[in-house]
Amino acid sequence: MTTVALKPATMAQALTRALRDAMAEDPTVHVMGEDVGTLGGVFRVTDGLAKEFGEDRCTDTPLAEAGILGTAVGMAMYGLRPVVEMQFDAFAYPAFEQLISHVSRMRNRTRGAMPLPITIRVPYGGGIGGVEHHSDSSEAYYMATPGLHVVTPATVADAYGLLRASIASDDPVVFLEPKRLYWSKDTWNPDEPSPVEPIGRAVVRRPGRSATLITYGPSLPVCLESAEAARAEGWDLEVVDLRSLVPFDDETVCASVRRTGRALVVHESGGYGGPGGEIAARVTERCFHHLEAPVLRVAGFDIPYPPPMLERHHLPGVDRILDAVGRLQWEADN
Amino acid sequence: MTVMEQRGAYRPTPPPAWQPRTDPAPLLPDAAPYRVLGTEAAAQADPALLRRLYAELVRGRRYNAQATALTKQGRLAVYPSTTGQEACEVAAALVLQEQDWLFPSYRDTLAAVARGLDPVQALTLLRGDWHTGYDPREHRIAPLSTPLATQLPHAVGLAHAARLKGDDVVALALVGDGGTSEGDFHEALNFAAVWQAPVVFLVQNNGFAISVPLAKQTAAPSLAHKAVGYGMPGRLVDGNDAAAVHEVLADAVRHAREGGGPTLVEAITYRIEAHTNADDATRYRGDAEVEAWRAHDPIALLEHELTERGLIDEAGIKAARDAAETMAAELRAHMNQDPVLDPMDLFADVYAEPTPQLREQREQLAAELAAEREGTH
Repeated sequence: MTTVALKPATMAQALTRALRDAMAEDPTVHVMGEDVGTLGGVFRVTDGLAKEFGEDRCTDTPLAEAGILGTAVGMAMYGLRPVVEMQFDAFAYPAFEQLISHVSRMRNRTRGAMPLPITIRVPYGGGIGGVEHHSDSSEAYYMATPGLHVVTPATVADAYGLLRASIASDDPVVFLEPKRLYWSKDTWNPDEPSPVEPIGRAVVRRPGRSATLITYGPSLPVCLESAEAARAEGWDLEVVDLRSLVPFDDETVCASVRRTGRALVVHESGGYGGPGGEIAARVTERCFHHLEAPVLRVAGFDIPYPPPMLERHHLPGVDRILDAVGRLQWEADN
Repeated sequence: MTVMEQRGAYRPTPPPAWQPRTDPAPLLPDAAPYRVLGTEAAAQADPALLRRLYAELVRGRRYNAQATALTKQGRLAVYPSTTGQEACEVAAALVLQEQDWLFPSYRDTLAAVARGLDPVQALTLLRGDWHTGYDPREHRIAPLSTPLATQLPHAVGLAHAARLKGDDVVALALVGDGGTSEGDFHEALNFAAVWQAPVVFLVQNNGFAISVPLAKQTAAPSLAHKAVGYGMPGRLVDGNDAAAVHEVLADAVRHAREGGGPTLVEAITYRIEAHTNADDATRYRGDAEVEAWRAHDPIALLEHELTERGLIDEAGIKAARDAAETMAAELRAHMNQDPVLDPMDLFADVYAEPTPQLREQREQLAAELAAEREGTH
């Protein structure tokens, strides 16, 4: 038996590998977007693809997000599998009409005759010191649109596996890439990439007994760090990584909350009308009699994303999470 | 060394990267809309084509009248009429080969019907039983698009994909004058020209975007002029002259098929009816204007040409009208049957596989329907 050496790899490298493998296996996979060709993308996620597969398969488009997604719709109608890149979260907004009026509902409005297998890669979230319009967490908009899958990896292995699954999906997938984790490293075997499993399954990243932290994407490392820090105060926190916001894995989440009796949702995007409200409601509806405290949320403030020199005050950090964990205890005691 | 220090030696030069484009083919449209009927060019037109166009125009007019009547009977939720614009609709359909694709807007049911789509299937969106009542791939007709101009980039992407695959496919996309103000119009034309996609854009300039006249829509000399800025030819045509619209579109389609890239065609026409049955056109235009356009009717223009040249007689005209009546009667009969709808279809095609959340909701609806059937609800 040969042992395969696990090498350190970044999330960006795993995403590149996923795109390359998908393109090599399936000639209908086309990558397109602003700067994805010669430059390899501003985050270098598409690095080398144009050289390896040609500019027809990895295409630098005009700078126009509605046009990028709108032409991808036509390409998908003709049998291709476009993977489009929206360079930054807030740059995707011009494409919203195409996304909401056509991409998300084409299967439905044609009674299944015309599914659109489009993957929309959106680097999202803050924490990288980006200036205005480069740090939005836009997942709530996507989650609120029926017909879209919404997926977000938090680990190097998931970046590969979930992107492969998204490209293989016969439905449109909004693939949210936590850009502050692009350079996070993990040991990963590029010769035997992680398995491609169906979209829609959450995983327990850290088992615990005292409370469940429900999170995803950029907030996962913060939650894991919080869980370690909480040990000193006698808390044994379980951390659930959702990985998929649509579909939502009620089963894994509720199984965890029923075990721990307390739940805290953590995400960067604003709390009001944000994913945490939906998640808290679902957990409450399903686990009410197991709960020993109200489901709490630690989210970004309900403000436009702040300038980079102030973003640390906005982003959920370990202290804010531990404070909320403390409130879970207080609520349980009273 | 700064510019100030090299005084005397410094010579202003043009921007280094800038090169003027010197295209051999002129991109600007003609000053006046191209016409065939009533001109010497008509002698060159194929009589069989003219007769076919005539039969389709008569059928199209009857279709518009029947569909409008169905709104009054409550059989259609709404119908945006193309009465007066039939030449554009019919020419758009007839100019395409079987493998080509049509990308209609919500007003273009007639183009879909003229392409061969079953009239009842074409009207499901407007009847309200399902959004798209046909398989777009089977007929190569994209779903009727209600958001304005958003179907244009789809046409570009499809044409581009077909060319990448080496297929002989042209996409023809229809849009109104109001739609040319939308961002998607601009982005679609830009992508099409950059990619040299085999796509043709037909703007049916019918004078109004609901109530807003063209003068408040654009300051361009014509909508066809917009082509120049994208680097594609713009053509201006009399949209009520079926022979002219067909010829100009046929040229543009041929150009695209031969690898020449996209063309923007503006057809000058007029919407005789209101925007839809929900609109009151008397609030924004006068009878005199409508009457002037009635005098430039597409059917009358073609009928006159055919009669003058002895290409059609009374019997031929009657045959066209009878065929149209038969179509109208069949459409009426079909539309007077209540469609059978299954509420469970609501969940059928949201995703390839329903999410757990949708499975739960499907069960909820099934229980509600069962309760209704048992009268316990």
